Amino acid sequence: MIEIKDISKNFGEQHVLKKVSSTFENGKTNLIIGQSGAGKTVLLKCIVGLLQPDKGKVLYDGRNILKFSKKENLMIRREMGMLFQNAALFDSMSVLENVMFPLEMFSDKSYEEKLKRAQFCLERVNLAEAQHKSPEELSGGMQKRAAIARAIALEPKYLFCDEPNSGLDPKTSLIIDELIHDITTEYNITTIVNTHDMNSVVGIGDHIIFLADGNIEWEGNKDDVLYSHNKQLNDFLFSSDLLRKVKEMA
Amino acid sequence: MIITKSISTFGKYLMLMHRVFARPESIKMFFRQFMRELYKLGVDSIPIVLLISFFIGAVICIQMKLNIESAWMPKFVVGYATREILILEFSSSMMCLILSGKVGSNITSEIGTMRVTQQIDALEIMGVNSANFLIFPKVTALIFMIPILVIFSIAAGIAGSYAIGMFTGIMTPEDLTTGLQYEFSQWYIWCSIIKSLFFAFIISSVASFYGYNVEGGSIEVGKASTNSVVSCSALILFADIVLTQLLMQ
Ligand SMILES: Nc1ncnc2c1ncn2[C@@H]1O[C@H](COP(=O)(O)OP(=O)(O)O)[C@@H](O)[C@H]1O
Ligand SMILES: [Mg+2]
Repeated sequence: MIEIKDISKNFGEQHVLKKVSSTFENGKTNLIIGQSGAGKTVLLKCIVGLLQPDKGKVLYDGRNILKFSKKENLMIRREMGMLFQNAALFDSMSVLENVMFPLEMFSDKSYEEKLKRAQFCLERVNLAEAQHKSPEELSGGMQKRAAIARAIALEPKYLFCDEPNSGLDPKTSLIIDELIHDITTEYNITTIVNTHDMNSVVGIGDHIIFLADGNIEWEGNKDDVLYSHNKQLNDFLFSSDLLRKVKEMA
Repeated sequence: MIITKSISTFGKYLMLMHRVFARPESIKMFFRQFMRELYKLGVDSIPIVLLISFFIGAVICIQMKLNIESAWMPKFVVGYATREILILEFSSSMMCLILSGKVGSNITSEIGTMRVTQQIDALEIMGVNSANFLIFPKVTALIFMIPILVIFSIAAGIAGSYAIGMFTGIMTPEDLTTGLQYEFSQWYIWCSIIKSLFFAFIISSVASFYGYNVEGGSIEVGKASTNSVVSCSALILFADIVLTQLLMQ
């Protein structure tokens, strides 16, 4: 479980986050949604510690990571997995080497066990046959899946995804979404996903926070998100013509 | 303004170096990276070092012959002067200037690309000290390889001067050999190697610094590569004056 309390973050005069608080439970896919530029990435970076919030607390199962020493920081990061917007696979390594990387770095198991774990993760994301390819030989969706395999190699307790569907076609997006959701429940991970993809919102949103103007404008789940009367949320959700028409027909 | 900016840049550089010089988290992974860099930065540079040094050796020999030959100069002076130029300046300083173009821009663009494609963030999130993991093997590998490149360069330069003597007949191999061996001081070779170690550190660390701090996209990576080569060259020339003064007096 991750709790954030009164997170504020300014860039100069720009107040990107103003006292944002929420709780992200384990075994659930938590979504942060909002318009482009709403501060989703900044919030996620504050949570994982790539950015320092100006004020507030970030509690990982009760432990405030902003108070951590360098060493504690490194230790907690081994419990995290992260999926970046453009996969961020190491391009000097093959897919298998990418997934092996965190294991080689931090696990003291034997080589065979590490290899087995890496291949298990690749099979879990259906990439076993592409393990010896290099990242640039893979399609966007395959790169994302390889990155998921790498993120879960060390059996993380916390998984973070920044726009996992950006640049993917709708069908591939669904596969990635479901993979993230299944892994979250299977291994009881605390997962936080940034997205502005409506399919993800209604598909995997066990818990959703909607960011606007640096505040949480609305909080709920996929079952009530479509029936909310919040104007800003509705403007965001039904910003596409297709969805507006569907709503009018319903 | 420019002074405060230089000081803050230098401060950032020192802070990065503080993170670079740490014990690697996994010795095995460090060794793997080290071998890769040894190959990429060192072995891959051997052809260009040989090529350039060979021709420069030949050209220096021609120039010396044309410019200092006179009736009251012994014939071997050409060989002597060629050797001193090669050992004292060309094979250390000039060669490192050339390498700062090849190796430096390579390092900056590699690390810069990793920065803008979030590969460095990915390392950090895993709890890897990315500065140490990426930069330390490069610095150590280049420092390890540079004496070898210097020796190769001196050898190729001398081969070049022999070749030109043979092909054009401007002087006999005997005169050249006499000159090359005349009052040879081993210390000069050491000077050359010591200087090159400093230059190797400058190239690898400064180029890494530029790459590590790229912000933006591929255009910024290109700009950073150019800036890194300019800075490396200037720093090498400056260090050359200081080191030469310290080592040669
Ligand atoms: N490092 C930074 N420096 C200055 N401003 C930033 C920085 N990172 C993000 N911002 C600003 O914060 C705002 C939110 O950005 P971001 O979190 O990336 O939005 P998104 O919701 O699309 O992920 C943007 O206006 C952006 O310009
Ligand atoms: Mg974003």
